[in-house]
Order: sequence, then C-alpha cells, then structure tokens
Amino acid sequence: MTYTIEGRTGAWEIVVGLEVHAQVISHSKLFSGASASYGGEPNTHVSLVDAGFPGMLPVLNQECVAQAIRTGLGLRARINLESRFDRKNYFYADLPTGYQISQFTHPIVGEGTVEIELADGTVRHIGITRLHMEQDAGKSMHDQDPARSFIDLNRAGVALMEIVSEPDIRCPEEAGAYLRKLRQILRYLGTCDGNMEEGSMRADVNVSVRKAGEPFRTRCEIKNVNSIRYVMHAIEVEATRQIEVWEDGGEVDQETRLFDPSRNETRSLRSKEDAHDYRYFPDPDLLPLVVEQAWVDELERALPELPDDKRDRFIKQYGIPRYDASVLVAEQAIADYYEEVAKGRDARLAANWVTGDLFGALNRTGRTITDSPISAAALGGMLDLVSDKTINGKIAKEVFEDMLETGDSAAAIVERKGLKQVTDTGAIDAAVADVMARNADKVEEYRGGKDRLFGFFVGQVMKAMAGKANPAMVNEALKKVL
Amino acid sequence: MSLTELTIADAASGLRARQFSAVELVRAHVDAIDALNPRLNAYITPTREAALKAAQQADEVLARGEARSLTGIPLGIKDLFCTNGVRTTAASNILRNFVPPYESTVTANLLRDGAVFVGKTNLDEFAMGSANITSAFGPVENPWKRNGDDAALVPGGSSGGSAAAVAAGLAMGATGTDTGGSIRQPAAYCGIVGLKPTYGRCSRFGTIAYASSLDQAGPMARSVRDCAIMLQSMAGFDERDSTSVNCDVPDYSAAIGRSLKGLKVGIPAEYRAEGLSAEIGAAWQQGIAWLKAAGCEIVDVSLPHTKYGLATYYIVAPAECSSNLARYDGLRFGERVPGDTLDAMYEATRRAGFGPEVRRRIMMGTYVLSAGYYDAYYLKAQKVRTLIRRDFTEAFQKVDVLLTPTAPTPAFVQGEQSDDPVQMYLNDIFTVPASMAGMPAMSVPVGLGATGLPLGLQLIGRPFDEETLLATGSALEQAAGFTHRPAIRAEAAK
Repeated sequence: MTYTIEGRTGAWEIVVGLEVHAQVISHSKLFSGASASYGGEPNTHVSLVDAGFPGMLPVLNQECVAQAIRTGLGLRARINLESRFDRKNYFYADLPTGYQISQFTHPIVGEGTVEIELADGTVRHIGITRLHMEQDAGKSMHDQDPARSFIDLNRAGVALMEIVSEPDIRCPEEAGAYLRKLRQILRYLGTCDGNMEEGSMRADVNVSVRKAGEPFRTRCEIKNVNSIRYVMHAIEVEATRQIEVWEDGGEVDQETRLFDPSRNETRSLRSKEDAHDYRYFPDPDLLPLVVEQAWVDELERALPELPDDKRDRFIKQYGIPRYDASVLVAEQAIADYYEEVAKGRDARLAANWVTGDLFGALNRTGRTITDSPISAAALGGMLDLVSDKTINGKIAKEVFEDMLETGDSAAAIVERKGLKQVTDTGAIDAAVADVMARNADKVEEYRGGKDRLFGFFVGQVMKAMAGKANPAMVNEALKKVL
Repeated sequence: MSLTELTIADAASGLRARQFSAVELVRAHVDAIDALNPRLNAYITPTREAALKAAQQADEVLARGEARSLTGIPLGIKDLFCTNGVRTTAASNILRNFVPPYESTVTANLLRDGAVFVGKTNLDEFAMGSANITSAFGPVENPWKRNGDDAALVPGGSSGGSAAAVAAGLAMGATGTDTGGSIRQPAAYCGIVGLKPTYGRCSRFGTIAYASSLDQAGPMARSVRDCAIMLQSMAGFDERDSTSVNCDVPDYSAAIGRSLKGLKVGIPAEYRAEGLSAEIGAAWQQGIAWLKAAGCEIVDVSLPHTKYGLATYYIVAPAECSSNLARYDGLRFGERVPGDTLDAMYEATRRAGFGPEVRRRIMMGTYVLSAGYYDAYYLKAQKVRTLIRRDFTEAFQKVDVLLTPTAPTPAFVQGEQSDDPVQMYLNDIFTVPASMAGMPAMSVPVGLGATGLPLGLQLIGRPFDEETLLATGSALEQAAGFTHRPAIRAEAAK
C-alpha cells in the first residue's frame, strides 16, 4: 500500500530524500592535529590551521579517510579510488577560512544501498547517492552576552560525512526506519556515534509531493533536523503545507526551510534567489585523494559483521524468528549479550528471555544493555538451572526478579530460598493424595466427566508444594490416581 | 672589498677564515639599512637589534667550528613569510600589526642553517603587483638610475623590496615568492639573480598565500652560486604542505660551472612578442651566442599556447586569491573595523584593510568562480593551463632548457604604468607561462641597456631540474661578466 495524504483534489504521494551529516569518530580533525573530542572549554581544541591563520595549510587525516571508506563499505557502496576536495566559499563568523573544505564533484563514496524493514515486515531498499567528507564549522553563541556574539571553534574542522540518499523514501515511517538503520550501521562500524541530541548526526530533509504517476515536483529542503521523531513530523507537516499550496493554485518554491517542533510548522529560511553562490572550486592546497584498492580491501576484511548479516546468521544459526533476530541485532552490544547467553544453551529460550524479561527489566529500570544489572553469564547460569530441571519456568521468573534486585547468582538465590524443584515422587504422591482427600466432591465431578477440573488439581498440588514441584511429574501422578 | 659587496659564498669563507666576524658583517648591513632604507623603502620592518644578537650567536657557532652553510649571513625576508614573533604584514593594512606565533618552513630552514635575518622586505600587497607600488607601506624605489636621470624607478614586483635590498647591499640575499614572475621580474629590474624553483620544491607552510597552485618561494641573490646556496637550505619536503614534493634535494652548488657541452637550449618563437624592447631582444641574441660558445646546441622550439598564458593566469590566480583572502575578516587576527552587523563589520574591515589592486583581484576571482561563469572562465582556464603545461613537456622532449627574456622592458619610472592595470599585467608576459606550468625558472642579469639599466634573461627548466638552470645560469653569468652595481648602494653611500 502506497502511503498517501488525502487532499481536496485527491491523494498525494510524498517523495523524500535525506542528507545526513554524521560526525566522524576520530582523534583529530579532518585537516589538523587538534582534538576532535566533544565538549571541552570553548576554543581549547583549536589549531592555527582550524583558526585559518595566514600561511596555514590543511593536511588530510588518514584515519578520517579510513572511516569514510569503512562507512561506504557498510553502505554497500562504490568506493572511488580517486576523489577530490573542493572549497565551498561563504562568509560566516564561525567559518574561519571563509570556505569549507568539502567534496563537491568527486566524492570518496558513490552509489550504495540501505535495506530497511517496516513495522508490517515490508523490506525496502533505499538508494545512497554518495558519501563525501567535509569539515564542520565552529559554533556561534548568541546567548552569552547582550550585545555580542561569541565563537567557539572547537568543532571547526572536525570531520563530517555527508550521506545523501536517493529520493526513494515515500513516507515518514520509511524516513524513520532509514535513519535508524543508518545510525545502526554507523554505530556497528564505529565511524559515528549517531547521537542526534549532541548533534553528531543531523539530517537535512528534502520533501516534495506529487500525484500518483507524476514526475517529481519542486522540493523544499528542511535544514538541520535533530531527531528521528522530528524528521518524521517535519515530513508530514511540510508535505501537508505543499499540498495546500498546490491545491490553492500556487507554486511551491524551491527553498530552504526550518522545522519548528514547538509550533509544528516549517518556515522559510531563504529562497532560491537568496541562495548562496558557493563558488566551489578544487582546493589548490590539497592533491586529489588517491587510495589503493589493496587498502580498501584491507579495511573491508577488518569490518565487523554488519546488522543485516548478523540478523540472517541469527535466524539460521539459532533458529529464532526474523522479528526476534532483528530486535537482537539492533545494537552490537545486545547482539553480543544474546550470543553469550545463547552459547551452548537453548537459543530460542535465550532469545525469549533476552527480548522479553530482560528488555522489560531494562526498560523498567531505565538501563541499557551495557549496564544491565544481570550479566549475560548470570542470565545464562539461570537458564542452565531451568534446563537441568533444578527450577521450573515459573520459579525462574521469581529467581530473575531476585537477581535483578540483589545481583546474586541464580544458584545462590535458589539455594537461599529453597526453590529447588521437587522431583521426589513420594512427596508429590503425598501432596496429590492430600489434595484428593480434601476435594472429594471435585474428584467425583471429574470422574463424572468434568475433564477441565484437571487443571484445578494441578494448581492445588503446585500450591501445596509452594510451586516447586516438577509440573510434569505432578501431571503424571494425578493422571495415575484419577 | 666592502662587506656589503661580497657574495654569500665569499662571505661564508671570510667568516670561516675569521677575516671578519658575523657581527661586523651584519652590522655593515643593518647600518646600510639605516642609511638607505628611508629612501629605498626596501624593508617594511628592519630588525636591527635581533639581527645583531643573532650575529653574536653566529660568531659563537663559528668559534666552535660548527658553522653551517649560512651561519652569520645577513638575509632579507619577504614580508610574506611568517616569522615567529616578528611582525608579518604582507604589505597590507589588514595585517599591519600581525605578529605570527609561528615560523614558515622556508625561514625555519634558513635559520636552521644559521642565516641572520636583518628585516622583512617590502612587496606588493599580498604579492599582487609587478612594480611594488601596491604596498600599504609605500612603494619601493629601484636603486638603479637611468643614465643622467634621477627619476625614481620601480624595482619590479612583487618581491621588489627583496630585489632592491639585495641590489643595494642591504642584504646578501633575500627570499622571494613567485606566483607569476614575482621573483624573476624584480630580479631582472634590479640586476640580480632570482630563482623560482619547481612548484612543490619549497614548502608553502607559513607563507601567506596569494594563489596556492602557483606560489613558490625562491632565492634572490647577487650570484647564481648564492642562489644555489640559499635554495639548498630553503628546499625540501614538508609534511605540513600537501603540495610539497617528497624528492631528494641535490647538491645545487655542484651544478655551478658544470660543462654545457651538448646541452640543448630551446628558443621559443612565441617569446619574440610584440612589445619586446629592442635592447632586450639584442641581449637575448647575445645570450644565445654565449651559450652556443659554451658548447650548447641551440634549438628553435614552439610553445603555441604562450599567448594565452597571461589571460589564463589572470583567471586562475584571482580565483584562488578571492578564496585565500576570505580569512582576513577581522575576527581572529589582523585589523578590525567595527560594524553594526557581521556583514557591516566584514565590509568595513575589508574595505579599510585591502588596497585597490587586492580588491580588484578579489572581485575578478569572485566573478570567474560564480555560478554561470565558472565553466566559461575558471574551467576553461584550467584546460588552457593543461595545454600550456603540455607545451613545455613537449618542448622538453627536444631540449634541456629554454632561454627567453625575463621581462619585455627594463625597469620603468614609478607612476608610469600605474593607471592601467592591464599594461601593468603585461610585465609578466614572459614569466607567467612557466608559473602556470609549475616549471623552475631563473632570471640572470646579462648586461645594461642603452639607458644604463640592467637586463635579465630567463632560463626555464624541467620539473625538479634546478641544477640545469644553475649550470646554464652560471655560464651566462660568467660570459656576461655582469659586475655593474646600482647608483644607490651601501658602498656608494659611505
């Protein structure tokens, strides 16, 4: 089913392409030795190169190049062995040299593709147009002084990857799925931390609308949206606005807009006429970037298993459903946790416990997998007690809650609380006899054909034995006497 | 002989032989600066005290027998090279009070080899000019005079201060930078030797950029050998400049006096251009004859795209400069003129900071890079640049070195050409093509013209073959026996 928005004149499709700016994880900046770490007192991570002092020259940081190539490989994209840096010229207070070094005509990474999965299980492929490297600008601070603006150049020159998608996205949900998938891939690769709140991943959203079967209409670019939820909102809001403009007989202008989440609207930032003329030209301070295929191959060999591959492996290796596998590979740390729990154990049981009870507990306690109060080894230890029938499933839930609270091992809890499953047939037979004696009327009814009373007897026996009886043995004993 | 008349080579042996001390040598030069700089304006910032102190240290080094190639040698530094703790202006108001906290690679190399800097030499603002009349610190006067005429002549540009200082004995040598002829043309106008090395031979780190793909530092001195000594120190790979080339620096002095037997010297037809003065044409013929006599084979060659050189240069260089000079915005360093808004501050700062020629080139460069004009100008110019480079590459399949005039005329009177920028640009017609192609080139003085002014010839070599330039240049130098000195000079002022 195609997602559409109903207007007065009928249904409209939306067309979306995303430009994601992802801050590269690296020790130093793209063209200088200054630290690229986040935070720090203003203007403490600034070299003379970053500040654009006279005679300073950029020198390319090879690690940033490696990160861009790794990302390109993770996006199943073409790596361009020769790429080039261009200058994008404009004046702004937080742009020290008056130009941003970027890759305009010859990016390091070409076409690729990202597979996304929607809530209904639909799988779609979103095309990647390109990925290029560029410098981040500094930060202008207008709220520090009533009359003056301050500039912090800590971020100036930090490496960014701009990842441009094809206009393949057709609904807000796909945009969200695409961004989540992209973030997942970047985090797996360790090339960007994907923290949109801190601004290390930001999205520019290109939106247009059209009637089914039409070619593309004019698009608007919504700049710097900083959460996945906002991206999804902004698309809906902007598409609705454009539909109104078209249906009122107007024309959508190609322009740059800003999304205001507090008012749930987009506002014009600048029109095409006011658009900067960036006067791109090849940066004469830098030679064309030539990388060896052998180096690309080496980087590819060292790449971690990517989420799609891991999911497919989990399905095959552990025999778990695709949905569970997708959930378990959402983050590298979850996948690692799961694999540790599942190793040498009932993998499906492990998946149920991780995606069910463990995720529930993390949610409740506001923790993540990396600071889980129950380690993978501890959870595995508990599953071992279930498998060897030391405890049954019901007792396991109780033990799990205790582990969560006390941090004790499952074995210790079972010992402390005396939760060991009773498999002594004598004790079970005695409990069965007792229950039958106390419920002679029900026994009569059961024998008279009221089969569903069987469950009642099981419950009474289990209760009498404080839940510790082996359920299968209780069943057997009851069947025998009834 | 007076200390201000010595060559670097002779001074270096004199110092080692303790015929004079470094303090004496440097003092002779800083005194000469005190005496003549008020007139010549060759230095923006003389550094007398620092120079004398450095000379003292040089004497200690000499006493310990640890002298290096330039220990105690007084040099002028074009005020485009950033010098740690010493004001560096680029002859622009916008950097009038700029003191860099860092040293350019080229000057650091010279300091490593013991050189003593006596001051920062004047230049055209941001190296944009061919007569040293665009400096915010006033024009430089050429120490040479026409016979019987006291009119002030231009020293050429943009390294006019360096050329005048070396010619007048206010330094034994000086650094220059050459973007389209800024070492060679002033060297020719002032009767000294100037060498523009291959693009990438000397690091650009710490040198204020004019046009990054063309800028190249080089030596200016009173002999070919002195240029070889200076280049030896200045050249070399620098990982802080991605365009510097990682190849060995040969022993340049070894090339001096090398036999030229069998060397093929190309004479490009296209340099017999309109506007070439008769006396320079004659000097060129004389140069050809001398090289033939030295055993060279003279070969006529063609560089068919020469005529597009100047036009191409005046697209590429302004394009790069319009971007390179964007950083002078008054925000982090340099002069600032306040404004009510950021844009108003930019406009006021840059209007006050940049002179007319710099503004003109920024505007030209902005224009040729603009959407809609980029393809017609910048891109086309890059294609022509490729053709110009190919001209040279093809010529160098037939010959080892090219001989041409350096400039179409000798030095002219201050103010003579200043109201017509295009006429001014024509001074670089013979020097620009080698710059566009990145080839090494050198100007050597070969004689005096009818009015008593020095005339220079240009040698252009293969990439990284500065040795052949030095070998051929030293042959010309020897044949010409050029020992003339300008009217205004340290020795004459005594």
